[in-house]
Amino acid sequence: MLTNAPLLSLLIWVPIVGGALCLLTGGDDNASRARVLALIVSLVALALCVPLYLGFDMNTFKMQFSENIPWIARYGIYYHLGVDGISMPMIILSTFTTFVVVVAAWNAIKTNVSQYMAAFLIMQGMMIGVFASLDSILFYVFWEGMLIPMYLCIGMWGGANRTYASIKFFLYTFLGSALMLVAILYMRYHAGSFGILDFYHLKLSMSEQILIFIAFLFAFAVKVPMWPVHTWLPDAHTEAPAGGSVVLAALMLKMGIYGFLRFSMPIVPDACQHLVWLMIILSLIAIVYIAMVAIAQTDMKRLIAYSSIAHMGFATLGCFMIYLIIAKTGNHRDAYMSLEGSMMQMISHAFSTGGMFFSVGILYDRLHSRMIKDYGGVAHKMPIFAALFMLFAMSNVALPGTSGFVGEFMVVLSAFKASFWVTFFAATTLVLGAIYTLWMYKRVFYGPVASDGVANLRKMYPSEAIVLVLLGFIVIFFGVYPDALLNVFHASVGHLLKISLQTKLV
Amino acid sequence: MDNLIHNITLVIVFAPLVGALSTGLFCRKISKGLTFAITIGLMTLAFGLSVYLAKLVIFDGYTSNEIVYTWVKSGTFQFNVGFLVDKLTVLMLLTVNFVSLMVHVYSIGYMEGDKGIVRFFSYISGFTFAMLMLVTANNFFQLFFGWEGVGLVSYLLIGFWFNRPTANFGSLKAFVVNRVGDFGFILAIAAILNYFGTIDYAQVFALAPQMAANNVTMSIIGGTHSSVISVIGILLLIGAMGKSAQVPLHVWLPESMEGPTPISALIHAATMVTAGIFMICRMSPIIEYSQVTLSLILVIGATGALFTGLVGIVQHDIKRVVAYSTLSQLGYMMAALGASAYAAGMFHLMTHAAFKALLFLAAGSVIIAMHHEQDMRNMGGLRKYMPITYITFLIGALSLAAIPPFAGFFSKDAIIEAVKTATIAGSDYAYICVLIGSFVTATYIFRAFFLTFHGKERMSDKLKQQLHETKFVVTGPLMALAIPAIFLGMLIIKPILYPNGFSLLGKSIFVLPQHNVLASMGEEFHGVLAMVNHSVQTLPFWFAVSGIFVTWLCYNRFPELPAKIVKRFGIFYNILVMKYGFDDFNQIVIVRGGHRVAQWLYQVTDSEFIDDTFVNGSGRVVNAVSIAMRQLQSGYLYHYAFAMIVGLVAFLVWLIF
Repeated sequence: MLTNAPLLSLLIWVPIVGGALCLLTGGDDNASRARVLALIVSLVALALCVPLYLGFDMNTFKMQFSENIPWIARYGIYYHLGVDGISMPMIILSTFTTFVVVVAAWNAIKTNVSQYMAAFLIMQGMMIGVFASLDSILFYVFWEGMLIPMYLCIGMWGGANRTYASIKFFLYTFLGSALMLVAILYMRYHAGSFGILDFYHLKLSMSEQILIFIAFLFAFAVKVPMWPVHTWLPDAHTEAPAGGSVVLAALMLKMGIYGFLRFSMPIVPDACQHLVWLMIILSLIAIVYIAMVAIAQTDMKRLIAYSSIAHMGFATLGCFMIYLIIAKTGNHRDAYMSLEGSMMQMISHAFSTGGMFFSVGILYDRLHSRMIKDYGGVAHKMPIFAALFMLFAMSNVALPGTSGFVGEFMVVLSAFKASFWVTFFAATTLVLGAIYTLWMYKRVFYGPVASDGVANLRKMYPSEAIVLVLLGFIVIFFGVYPDALLNVFHASVGHLLKISLQTKLV
Repeated sequence: MDNLIHNITLVIVFAPLVGALSTGLFCRKISKGLTFAITIGLMTLAFGLSVYLAKLVIFDGYTSNEIVYTWVKSGTFQFNVGFLVDKLTVLMLLTVNFVSLMVHVYSIGYMEGDKGIVRFFSYISGFTFAMLMLVTANNFFQLFFGWEGVGLVSYLLIGFWFNRPTANFGSLKAFVVNRVGDFGFILAIAAILNYFGTIDYAQVFALAPQMAANNVTMSIIGGTHSSVISVIGILLLIGAMGKSAQVPLHVWLPESMEGPTPISALIHAATMVTAGIFMICRMSPIIEYSQVTLSLILVIGATGALFTGLVGIVQHDIKRVVAYSTLSQLGYMMAALGASAYAAGMFHLMTHAAFKALLFLAAGSVIIAMHHEQDMRNMGGLRKYMPITYITFLIGALSLAAIPPFAGFFSKDAIIEAVKTATIAGSDYAYICVLIGSFVTATYIFRAFFLTFHGKERMSDKLKQQLHETKFVVTGPLMALAIPAIFLGMLIIKPILYPNGFSLLGKSIFVLPQHNVLASMGEEFHGVLAMVNHSVQTLPFWFAVSGIFVTWLCYNRFPELPAKIVKRFGIFYNILVMKYGFDDFNQIVIVRGGHRVAQWLYQVTDSEFIDDTFVNGSGRVVNAVSIAMRQLQSGYLYHYAFAMIVGLVAFLVWLIF
């Protein structure tokens, strides 16, 4: 029955239309109506993922669930959707994340509820659009469109310094993307089409490739974010409401990596090969330097934001390391684990960091402070919460058995094929990650009850508990059985490797 | 049979996990009695089955190496969860499950009245699960899983009383220092995967001889070539140094004493800290091919054996004495491995598990009786109040001091002899260390013994009236552990060290013929009785006896003597009290220095340089330029006319010239 339904379109437009309907429920007098509506919409989207997952053929790298109709026929722009093993998990991740954000907002958001819910539902539709687009202009529209709800989200429900953070976020990410548009138009001129898959066949000279690579790099590096264009993220994270931080960390950062996988690597492989050390060194700086910076943080959200950047360093490292590995061994199969590890890292990071941001949100709701020094002894008052936070913290320090371990383990192990020193610096995360995460945990949760505020901490609401337990469950599930997810990747990663390692020089 | 062994192992490993989860998840609903029943019931099951498994594997000679499920499959690599059950595994299963069971029972008494008691039981069962995963692993991934799992539970248990700042400091320190070791360990695994193409034990071990024969090298620093086997060996050693608390990564173990005493016995004496010893034994097919690694192991082990033992002499806290003793004994085990006497290392691991768990639990019994007073300066004369604790502590101490015929004598004597026989680089130095170490061992443990149980009763009168022997749940495990602490050595020395037909370790350990010191020692071995008789003619015996005599003089006969010695040898005393400055160095240079660097990176490079100068700076430039541009658009016609004329003139000038 559903096999012929335009599943991807539904996944994009149901949340967007649902978000618009949410807006129509009006002011906060009808807040509960907006909440229920948002919950229904996000559940419908989640339900739509079931046929998406079941109908997905893991044995092929070809685009599935394709929809292709002319959009602006005059310029050759198509409404072309489709997913492979790389984008499909990201789409499910997007629907899931939005669902938990809606649930978590149940008690946490008390003002402008309908707008809040609408922002996140519309953002969900846009993000799924980014992951499903196979037309570069369509991609670009969703890519930029997504910024608006996020901008509003930080600007309206954010902390004290929200205006600065939201403008910084918007300008930074918007400027980065402008160059990407130039690159797209340039490639359109040569390929005669805006289709992303058509770009893959484009022959380009080295200098063209390098320019295109750099244009994309600006767009994607800002999103990831990579050092040194990372400074918007700590500000955006700290000021955003908990839900905003979660979507930022769980999804928006991943778009940068997705961009590398979908655009940079298959379209300009020779430039990637040429500039591989630049990318490796930037990734290692993220892993080592950013982790050091995280140690110095006094604000919990800022600390987790820096930790996010460090973890994303593993994702970019895993992506670009394939070029080093191939240069050394010449065997495609040696590079699989690096790339799959990077994608695993990308997805698992959503759950552990998402869980930590929700948790900090829960504390912030009660004490209205993100400062580590205002806490202490929380474990006495909220033991279950402390246990769940410990689980996320352990995933953050890559403890085996949690999802956070899988990706880092795969990337570190592959790195040895590339270079001893890359492995060496990447593995420092084991120590540095433990220091900043557990030191924060110690100061916030352990010790005697630090203040009256902590002494009067209220237990978790059911909605908060549901969210954390759900995330915790997934963290353990993927930690114990990551093969369930990796199976989805195999075919597409194999294809991606093939085209990312073929020279495109004329 | 393979299947049967596999299934039994599954039950043994997962029984404690079931106990941990069922009590941990419902820790607020479940009663204390039910918690004890579930966890101890499942531990008894696990121990009972390990005994049965021992029969199958050790006596009937079966082994099993099976995969449970595939964890990750990517490209050509496949990482599994799977069990390797051979003799080495079974010995570890017996040791771990026995001590764990004893500690479970003991904890009923020790943790009585603590409101976190259910959580505590859940943790120790969870610890047992992780430890069992570690020892049953058939590949490096699962080894690492168990390795980190025990690290986590150790962290949680050291910080069990999270109200205490010292406990939180200790737990964080333990985790981070262990992570430094794990850093080396994961590099080792990566190197193994890279050069062997797999992280499955059986395949790696099969390839190792070839790798050594071909002398495969790698280049770490441009231009140099290092043997791959040695690099892997040294990286593995770094991993083992973290968990097994070898110098200089030993600093976390004394701090770990902030945890409840049963934990000190289980995790920080009998099982987790011996994981590194077990790991090196397991890796003997790799380590054997690297002379450098063996020498390093020998020297590091022997150094620890002597110098950490010396620190134990100046401690006042009864648990700290035993903790430093653990460091020293771990050094002995390491030294044995360095001398390629892996079997002696495993032997000492097992006897040590018995007598050290006994000593810790006996110390815990004293602590319960003293109402959680741990300073020996406030004890004394306890023997008449606590006869069972007194006798069992004495048994543990004699075993530790290697007095024949107690268990520790056989294993430690074998180690000292093996180090003496070994010929690799560093063995002379190592021999001196372990020999003097036997004097030191007897000194620190009997100092604690005399201070605690003999001499003047230095506690307050109020406490004195309340002193009495502890309950049976406490003394029961003490008596149960005293049995192996006496007899284990004489019973298994022959099959474990000098097997002739029936062997406890069999093929699970690999030794190159030219390193096989135990074989040559075996020629001198004529049975247990002869060994005991012969011991009175050996140096280690007289070193140990003189150690006991000296402490008797100092702490029983002439109690004013220690103060005089301290005064006379002030410098040495202070060096020992400062623990050679490791803690201060770490605290000042690494912790404070590291934090300074982090601060600087954040405030200067990240905030000022990147964010303020570049990011906000570019915003300011745009702002400034737009302000300047605004000046140009004044709206006055004569401004524009003037600009036009200037422009026209300039244009003409350019055209003409």
